[in-house]
Amino acid sequence: MSTVAAPTGSENPLEAGLERLPVHPTTLVIFGATGDLAKRKLLPAIYNLAHEGALPERFNLIGVSRKDMPDDDYRQIARESIEEFSRTKVDEKVLDAVLSHVRYVSGTFDDASAYERLEEAADAYDEDAGIVFNRVFYLSTAPEFFPTIIAALGERGLGEHEDAEVRVVIEKPFGTTLAEALDLNRKVLDVFDEEQVFRIDHYLGKETVQNVLAFRFANGMFEPLWNRNFIDNVQITAAEDIGIGTRAGYYDKSGALRDLVQNHMLQLLTLLCMEPPVSFTADEVRGEKVKVLHAIAKPTPETVPSMAMRAQYGPGVAAGEDVSGYLEEDDVPEDTVTETFAALRLEVDNWRWAGVPFYLRTGKRLARKVTEIAVTLKPVPHLAFAQEGSVGVQPNQLILTVQPNEGVSLSLGAKIPGTRMRIRPVKMEFLYGSAFLSQSPEAYERLIMDAMRGDATLFTRNDEVEAQWRVCDPILEAWRDTPGPLATYASGSAGPEEADALLQNGTKWRAL
Amino acid sequence: MESPLTVEAAETAEEAEEGVEEVWRAEDTTPNDVEAALRELLRQRHMREDIVAARVLNLVVVVDRDWRGEIENRLERLGRYRPSRTVLCAVEPGRTTLDAWAAMTPDHESGPEPLFREQVELKVGPQHIAHLDTIVDPLVLTDVPTLVWSPHGHAEAVDSLARLGQVVLIDSVAEPDARAAIGRARELTEHAYVVDLAWLRTTPWRERLASSFDPPEWRRELAAISTVTVRYRPDSGASALLLLGWLSSRLGWKPGSMAGHEGSLVCHATARRQDVTMKIEPMPSQSAPGLAGMTVETASGISLSLDRAPGGLAAVRRDRRGAESKWTLTGASRGEAGILGEGIRQALLRDPTYRPALEAAGTMLS
Repeated sequence: MSTVAAPTGSENPLEAGLERLPVHPTTLVIFGATGDLAKRKLLPAIYNLAHEGALPERFNLIGVSRKDMPDDDYRQIARESIEEFSRTKVDEKVLDAVLSHVRYVSGTFDDASAYERLEEAADAYDEDAGIVFNRVFYLSTAPEFFPTIIAALGERGLGEHEDAEVRVVIEKPFGTTLAEALDLNRKVLDVFDEEQVFRIDHYLGKETVQNVLAFRFANGMFEPLWNRNFIDNVQITAAEDIGIGTRAGYYDKSGALRDLVQNHMLQLLTLLCMEPPVSFTADEVRGEKVKVLHAIAKPTPETVPSMAMRAQYGPGVAAGEDVSGYLEEDDVPEDTVTETFAALRLEVDNWRWAGVPFYLRTGKRLARKVTEIAVTLKPVPHLAFAQEGSVGVQPNQLILTVQPNEGVSLSLGAKIPGTRMRIRPVKMEFLYGSAFLSQSPEAYERLIMDAMRGDATLFTRNDEVEAQWRVCDPILEAWRDTPGPLATYASGSAGPEEADALLQNGTKWRAL
Repeated sequence: MESPLTVEAAETAEEAEEGVEEVWRAEDTTPNDVEAALRELLRQRHMREDIVAARVLNLVVVVDRDWRGEIENRLERLGRYRPSRTVLCAVEPGRTTLDAWAAMTPDHESGPEPLFREQVELKVGPQHIAHLDTIVDPLVLTDVPTLVWSPHGHAEAVDSLARLGQVVLIDSVAEPDARAAIGRARELTEHAYVVDLAWLRTTPWRERLASSFDPPEWRRELAAISTVTVRYRPDSGASALLLLGWLSSRLGWKPGSMAGHEGSLVCHATARRQDVTMKIEPMPSQSAPGLAGMTVETASGISLSLDRAPGGLAAVRRDRRGAESKWTLTGASRGEAGILGEGIRQALLRDPTYRPALEAAGTMLS
């Protein structure tokens, strides 16, 4: 039986045993409140938290955007977005209760009067309730507005609030180059302390990404193998089967490396390679991840051609339909050299991983949508079995699939039934979603709650984002200096053949 | 006796409704034959589809034959929360032999690659109950927890299954006598981990109370609580007692015995600073099982009330000067299916606060 001390005021004795820990009353401010992200992800996530009873005891939402409209019109936009995109069936009474605490402030992000109205609205919530709400500013705007909004919040004195916590959540991309990231960090940290800043990478909110840590550090059977002595190579793939759709404006400025490698894929790599943290606190976990990034050899103009390649999708057939190439997509400049496919070979130069190649590839309009980490072990040192009449003994592979079929699979050599000792690989597969009798929350639900709670473990720290850019920036610079022509690959294919040149020692890309 | 290896297409309307594609059935059979049939069902499924069942939980349910349908319907509504393998033992008066039915059912709600749930139904007689463990033992998946649920009583069956079942699911509000319900729960906690649906009905209330008293200026008021009143549907006294038991155990109060007072039950607890009056009041107007509301008052003159309301719980806070503040704590009703699903999920977790709450509730009823 657990022992209990009489309450002293320093700890909350009522929170023991609860799955959902208390969160201080919060006013969440969304900049870009009528944008796609807010409508598809943030507002539905907030509703789902309310539905589950997980929102703070008292919760207010203030939407900020350019369009001039009254509160009720914004509430209607929010209602329609939630009804369309919520993962749970909407309970109108819960939705009404949520929307009754929603207000809207219109104004351009450089309009000082908008921040005055925002402060008035937030103060009014405090006064009405007779308590001081924590404040979370969520920057869900185009990245060029981040510095403007941060500076305006600072000028208005909204970076702090007496007797309450103030936090800022910044969406990706955090800069498009190292210089921009450094500059943005400087501007953000002029107004906020690092503890107040939550740079979001929604991949980290995915249960299966967090499960990489559980898989590594909760299972003794893998850790002894998790090093250069047993692992031959690692392939991290983030393949999409769709093209750029209507996002040409964003995508052509970004490209595959910025869009997925600099953030999501390097996050996967650091989780896979990091040393066990002393504890699962924000700084311990992030400190270990940063060490991995620091151990990655910085690319140089001389090494980039042999460790990185890029390509664009050309016309082809996807899902049985003829589709156009990137250069023929609407609003894509005809002479663009933006890559829709990027592949890298990285090395993590530390005691654990020296000499193990890490292959990363990502691309649009590939044969299949899949995000996975494939860890290939070294082959057994001696083959006592006859190879004749079978595919023979293959190295074991451990596959951590992030999406769409979240799970873990392990390939093992097994005897083919019969009179001879013939071996072939068989696959053991564990589907993550099948195991735990519950539905995983959306990544944004988890991350919004963590930001309101002040837990930054699943957010990117300033030195981490800078270290990510130190890996990617030289590649982008080298590509900028050698503009083309780019290799192409047929839409619906597995990617460009030129990517094979990155592979060493007979390694092949895994089939998508 | 039929061969255990003959698997047939599903044929009854009930099976079709449940999405069952293939079944095995036998009369006057043995547990070993049932187990062989389960292996055969799995083998046949593997031959057709590249599936691997990720198994996490067995559920053994003991029911009265005549009320089997109601329990099956409740299990059917669990959706994703359905256990990996369910063994339902239907007790039929006068039966001396064992009949069995087994199936693997795809759960198409689980995604493009459906998960499969294994279902076994056994018809057993009263004479089997005392040694039900010897029948069920070959039928549960080894190395995953086994949850035992006996919604129609059959305490002897639960005791028999104690060796197999690490977790027992109960619903203390299903027992009309709260004293007997709390007593039985205490007895079960001696040899198993207990998941009590009556306790899970208090979860939103516990979470909200913990949240309300979380700000430091309010946390200090926990030591000044002088009166707690819990309102409940008349058949849900066990939930009300467990909520008071939880507060007592978490705040270090020493409760006395409950006594009747104007239709309510009242007791006094000794806290560090002052006595606390604890009261449970039945609310006949409450339709859903569980709690209707609660009020916490402090010696310093402030109070907090939480009551069921559209869209969640209506909160009213009154300060020392009598000024009121009202708001809604949002949350959708989980419904009885949601609570049962949560009960099954809780079999994979451990809540260290239930047993102390139960002990305190037992003390209040002593």
